[in-house]
Amino acid sequence: MLEAGPIEYTLQGFVAMKTARRPLLLIAPSLVFLTALFAWPLIFGIGQAFTGTGGPTAAHFQRMLDDPYFWPAARNTALLIVVLIPLQFAFALTMALLLRERPRFSGFYFYLWVVPLAISDLAAGLVWLAVFTDRGYLNSVLSSLGFDGYSFLSHENPASMFIAVVIAELWRATSLVLVIIVAGLQGIPKDYDEAAEVFGASYWQRLRHVILPQLRPSLQVALILRTILALETFAVAQALTGRNMPLLVGETYQWYDFLQNPSVAAAIALMILTVSLLAAAGYLRLMRDQTGSPR
Amino acid sequence: MRRFALQVFCVAISLFMAAPIYLITLAAFSSRESLNEFPLPLVPTDPSTETLSGFLSSTGVIAGGVNSLMVGLNTVVLALLIGLPAGYAVARYAFRGRQPYQLFLLLTRALPIVVLSVPLARIFLTTGLYDTTYAVTLLHTALALPTTVLITAAVFVAVSPEQEEAAQIFGASPVQAFVRIVMPQALPGIAAAAVFTFVMSWNEVLGAAILTLNQRTLPAQVLSTLSFSPLAYRFAGGFALVVPALLFIAIMRKYLLNMWGTTLK
Amino acid sequence: MSRIVLRNLVKSYPGGDRRATDEISLEVADGEFVVLVGPSGCGKTTLLRMVAGLETPDSGSVHIGDTDVTSLSARDRRVSMVFQSYAIFPHMKVRQNIGFGLMMRKVPRPEIDRRVADAAAMLDLSDYLDRFPSQLSGGQRQRVAVARAIVVDAGVLLMDEPLSNLDALLRLQFRAELKRIVHQIGTTTLYVTHDQAEAMSLGDRVAVMRDGRVAQIGGPLEVYDSPADRFVGSFLGAPPMNFFPALVSDGPALSVGALSIPAPSSLARFAGRTVLVGVRAEKLAVSTDAADGFLPATVEVVEPTGASVLLTVRLGDHELKVQAPPTFDTRPEASVWLRADPSTMRFYDPETSLALTV
Repeated sequence: MLEAGPIEYTLQGFVAMKTARRPLLLIAPSLVFLTALFAWPLIFGIGQAFTGTGGPTAAHFQRMLDDPYFWPAARNTALLIVVLIPLQFAFALTMALLLRERPRFSGFYFYLWVVPLAISDLAAGLVWLAVFTDRGYLNSVLSSLGFDGYSFLSHENPASMFIAVVIAELWRATSLVLVIIVAGLQGIPKDYDEAAEVFGASYWQRLRHVILPQLRPSLQVALILRTILALETFAVAQALTGRNMPLLVGETYQWYDFLQNPSVAAAIALMILTVSLLAAAGYLRLMRDQTGSPR
Repeated sequence: MRRFALQVFCVAISLFMAAPIYLITLAAFSSRESLNEFPLPLVPTDPSTETLSGFLSSTGVIAGGVNSLMVGLNTVVLALLIGLPAGYAVARYAFRGRQPYQLFLLLTRALPIVVLSVPLARIFLTTGLYDTTYAVTLLHTALALPTTVLITAAVFVAVSPEQEEAAQIFGASPVQAFVRIVMPQALPGIAAAAVFTFVMSWNEVLGAAILTLNQRTLPAQVLSTLSFSPLAYRFAGGFALVVPALLFIAIMRKYLLNMWGTTLK
Repeated sequence: MSRIVLRNLVKSYPGGDRRATDEISLEVADGEFVVLVGPSGCGKTTLLRMVAGLETPDSGSVHIGDTDVTSLSARDRRVSMVFQSYAIFPHMKVRQNIGFGLMMRKVPRPEIDRRVADAAAMLDLSDYLDRFPSQLSGGQRQRVAVARAIVVDAGVLLMDEPLSNLDALLRLQFRAELKRIVHQIGTTTLYVTHDQAEAMSLGDRVAVMRDGRVAQIGGPLEVYDSPADRFVGSFLGAPPMNFFPALVSDGPALSVGALSIPAPSSLARFAGRTVLVGVRAEKLAVSTDAADGFLPATVEVVEPTGASVLLTVRLGDHELKVQAPPTFDTRPEASVWLRADPSTMRFYDPETSLALTV
């Protein structure tokens, strides 16, 4: 919320006429509520994960590690992040740059491209299930073109299964990156681009030396936000593949709901939390850098 | 030529984005029988509401829809009730602790839902809230609150403090100034925050599935019956979950950039 | 109608390294128009806001009429104000905007209608009463803000840079109109601006501010002709007053480099000291021919402005601005001769920059 000097000045002036206690009263309810629903469960969850019937124990973590699904789930989650996010950024950047050229119907395109922003990962999984399932639309098209059908989602074809999840996530979650990039692009004055053009820079040179550097803050924020969210992916894979492609959050749900073991569920949840917090720490660092910069 | 290439790219991407929505709609409005055909027709041949009505009459679907609606509306009310004053404080006062408070909000946004849900289920069990829509409402409010505060703060920042000062110079009390001058101008933005909160709640699956057993919300109901339900049920479920998203984006188009633009700060 | 009395007002902001206003005392007589002028950050807006009740002073008092209003909130002070951003309410029509103050004071409906109509007529807004602010031009919005401020008949009218958002031509037009209107209603007015021409043209008195203090207050011509210090002389007037050092010798005379010019006799007591001479551009007589008592200078820049020719000349080591008649014929690098009437010269202490009483 950094503003130029004069605005800060009025803001301070406005404050001075009020009592100093009022803002604290206004934020108090939210502080109490968030503490109750974030801090309390967090501490409770740590207790759950480390406490057994006989006192403190690491047994739940041992069980988590011994579970045959754990390492595949961890591997799949990591792989998904590594493959999905670069694709997603390339895709979103392409879409944003296309829109920046102001094609006809750009308003309509933008609407269509951001629709998945409001679609849940469960819904996205079900939507793509209609495409990828054995007797689904993709195989229908293939067969009418004379090809054999293919079991995309079978556990015998882990590669195509993984690709299906990546495509569904690409479809669903790229719009968030797109919106952040479009907002970022709008914040870049056209002058710079035009100046570069006047001095003879080609489109790619302008992209590389003018647009992308200025888009960096937006890209960084989007990157960290998406990383945290990608860690939480599970319903897409659940809807498309059942437990054929386990993911970490899906395993938590399995342990909790079907295996009725909240302690191991809490242990996995803490794992996810640790990774998320690392990403969040990066996020906050980034915020500080931005706050510190004069712009 | 360049313009033409631009359109080709745009149309190609649009097809990728729109085709799945078209297909799930097609599937949801096909009869059970035609869904068993192979290959599936790509145009509506036998439009029917059989699949959809079959889904709606399945156990727990209507009740789940009602629960989702209740949880969504209650979450909106609760999140605004708690978040609006905080958003106003962040927008208008340069109080000590403003910066840490905003960092705290951002930090809570980075907590995975699953980390909260498992211990919360245990806490709610002991307090008797487990398996009620209230439990899900509380969780969803906690999830939506940071965003609500940040969006409403951005909305209030857009109404210049000078307007409030002017109202007070001309005889309005601080409360009158807020109600008569700030609220009318902030209303569209607040409505946007409300819709955003509702959709977040409508879409949230994992927490709702963990915190309830019988009082499932619609997505939780669909998720928990996923492994043993027929394809037609899943397609209809997918369609039912997608429709609100289409409406949401249509309503919110104007605010999307502002919303995500501002939550970044 | 009421006078304003400010006593020793001190205000500092948390985190600010110095006081925004530093022990300011000021009186505005009943019906008087006083302009606060100064560069940004000089404390003029803070001072105005303390009178409005939008800021609370750390110490000191504000009296309006015979009442001490220091601890009263803005709404209880019965003041009226025009804001820099206009702060007219975008969700209300012009009619409701102008009538807002009256409605808040629970004035009966028919009277509101009548007074709004009068104010609108005074500001040429009668045809726009049922429009929203977004349907108005910038100049019309400005008029709405003024109409809203004058309709309430407050004892004190405050204006915070009301013309600064208008383009140059409109600003000039509206300045005269504003002066006529304020004169007509006769309200005590405190007006803040950073534009020295605006300050001179509007105020009965002008208070020039710097670093949280009032450097000088007086009638526009008084402040212009006899600046109390070097800052006021450079801030008021376009071009700013010329300053150059000179040694006072017996006679008395002023030595500028190797040249000598007559000085007012009262300067005799500063003999042997160096003083800073201040003289306005239009008070310097300029000639293309050498004459007795004239100082030779070299023309550097010639800028015709229509009504006159503005010359930048070099006199020894100093650059001076000279306003010559429009027909004055010269070009860069030409030699000219300057002369200043001793009575138009002002003298300043080179160390404190304060005016010397001569």
